[in-house]
Amino acid sequence: MRAEKFTVISAGHGGGDVPATPKNVPHKGGDANPSAAALQAQFGAAIVRVDVINGETTVIVDRDKAHDIIQWLHDEPTHAYEYLSDVTAVEHRDSQRPIEIVWHLRSIKFRRFIRLKAMIVKGSALSICSIWDIYKGADWLERECYDMFGIQFVGHPDLRRILLWEQFKEGHPLRKDFPLRGRFSRSQQLENALAANPEARYSMEELSIVDAYEELPLDMRRRLLGGEKTGE
Amino acid sequence: MATKRTIEVELSTTGLTKDGKAQRVPLVMGGGAAVALEAPPSMEPELEGEHMLINIGPQHPATHGVLRLVLEMEGETVVRCIPHVGYLHCGFEKIGEYRQYNQIIPWTDREDYLNSIGNNVAFALGAERLFNIEITERCKVLRVMAMELSRIASHLVWMGTTCIDIGAYTPFLWSFQYREKIYEMLEKWVGARLTTTATRVGGMAADIPEGWTDKLQSFVQDFPRTLDECERMLTKNAIWVGRTVGLGVMSPEEALNYGLSGPMIRASGVDYDVRKDFPYLDYETYDWTVPVGTSGDVYDRFLVRMAEMRESVKILAQTLKRLPDGPVNVDDPRVILPPKKKATSEMESMIHHFKNVMEGPRPPIGESYVAVESPKGEKGYYFVSDGSSKPVRWRIRPPSYVNLSAIPKMVEGHLLSDVIAINASIDIVMGEIDR
Repeated sequence: MRAEKFTVISAGHGGGDVPATPKNVPHKGGDANPSAAALQAQFGAAIVRVDVINGETTVIVDRDKAHDIIQWLHDEPTHAYEYLSDVTAVEHRDSQRPIEIVWHLRSIKFRRFIRLKAMIVKGSALSICSIWDIYKGADWLERECYDMFGIQFVGHPDLRRILLWEQFKEGHPLRKDFPLRGRFSRSQQLENALAANPEARYSMEELSIVDAYEELPLDMRRRLLGGEKTGE
Repeated sequence: MATKRTIEVELSTTGLTKDGKAQRVPLVMGGGAAVALEAPPSMEPELEGEHMLINIGPQHPATHGVLRLVLEMEGETVVRCIPHVGYLHCGFEKIGEYRQYNQIIPWTDREDYLNSIGNNVAFALGAERLFNIEITERCKVLRVMAMELSRIASHLVWMGTTCIDIGAYTPFLWSFQYREKIYEMLEKWVGARLTTTATRVGGMAADIPEGWTDKLQSFVQDFPRTLDECERMLTKNAIWVGRTVGLGVMSPEEALNYGLSGPMIRASGVDYDVRKDFPYLDYETYDWTVPVGTSGDVYDRFLVRMAEMRESVKILAQTLKRLPDGPVNVDDPRVILPPKKKATSEMESMIHHFKNVMEGPRPPIGESYVAVESPKGEKGYYFVSDGSSKPVRWRIRPPSYVNLSAIPKMVEGHLLSDVIAINASIDIVMGEIDR
């Protein structure tokens, strides 16, 4: 016998249709996700455009209103987008086109999928609202997006590089101006890697949680005291 | 905190109470008299409330790859956990922007390498939605076979390695024996065991060879017996229950909010399976159920994975019955190479062959996000195309990356030895996390 069982949350319990594998989906056009119309009714001018491509609804939203819109989609019980699939960004090959931030949201309750996009025009500040306060799952996804594109997520509690190391100086790899082989020559990259001090990978934040600070070598203590996070 | 549960255990050892809790057992001295030995004087220095920093990994056998966990400990209890990932980062997504669609498929093998053929299928599905291609019926059934076989193989590796982490050795040998059989079948089919590269946009690299379905038939018949044996070894084993129950509990609401997927979210009591809720490959026409846990702990994740393997066997048995004859690849010269004989004898086919190889297939301008239920969870491939033969953006939605991001929450307040069990229960593959 087991005690303290959860009540099972059943997908589609909000009356979502029993789905089938999509067939003969037109490339462009078709029925949009009903949430898109609701968004237009609710937010008006903040919804720039609604596209349906390959059966998927893309809603292009105003950059400054993105947080409100996602919050509404999450909280509104008639839509209930409680599940965040993905946060990512797209930079086009045409350098004039804006960088797109893409959120993939799912409503488990109604079995719906929606894609939200916000445009960051080239030349303006590369920053967007963080949705970490709505979905905890956005934590690492936003950190990866920052790591790969250099986009600042305002409101994220711990926006650090995640896949690359913190001393990585070459920029943000998924930007189109980043060469495939990296910015430095292979020999230079090797030299940089060998010169990196592995013990310096402890940040001050991690060290302060124990009293290990006193035991560190003097030069490392000095560097960490200067506000340096990783001892570059 | 840990929920209180009672599970009826068999094979109980003296070190555990009936409900799987560890208890001190007095050592039996001669004559059958039980004498409790006094605890020896502690050799460890008194820490007096100080916290200790413990580093696990990146090179540690129980981190399933190159994961590094920095743990802040108060005595034996974890106060905080800071994970570090990225040691295997190779820039798959960047490389994909410089490759034609079919040339990216080998990269998908190497990302979640326990589920390589499933990744191939997922990639092909995403690309086909971008190209707006309907695949043939035979191809659909073959792909379902591939996905379910690789799901079983991945869960078997999970079970085996988790057993080793927790201290059981025998189920590891049994599970790897059957994983070997799956890899033998894959080798017969596509020529490779681990790095399969089995799909192409619009079809498969190869049809199954003659007599292959008989092998699958005997696998479907024999495999549940091994599952029964493993269940007999583990499900009611007092040590197993004691090491897994009540660990790393996530409530359904938390699991949704943290974006968990796959067996992780289902063990927490959310009935979310991409195959049922956003179906692909006609999964809605197969007769199977989604196993759901009710307590969201490591033990439930184990139960869900075991039940999922049984469901996969059920689906495999149905694919065998319905496998239709007919072509595997679509009849579309835009994406599929013409038969060799035609390419060397007909002018038009030769041009198609040349264009397909040299330039690669060109999808229309657009984008697609296709998610499949991989053994780890919702695996998505997001493509953005500008009409050229190489994607502008190829994004992998890695399920174990998102699942792992919840580990600081899950290990909080547990013992150091439980961190290993909780980490194992996530079923991480660092190749997928770091990409």
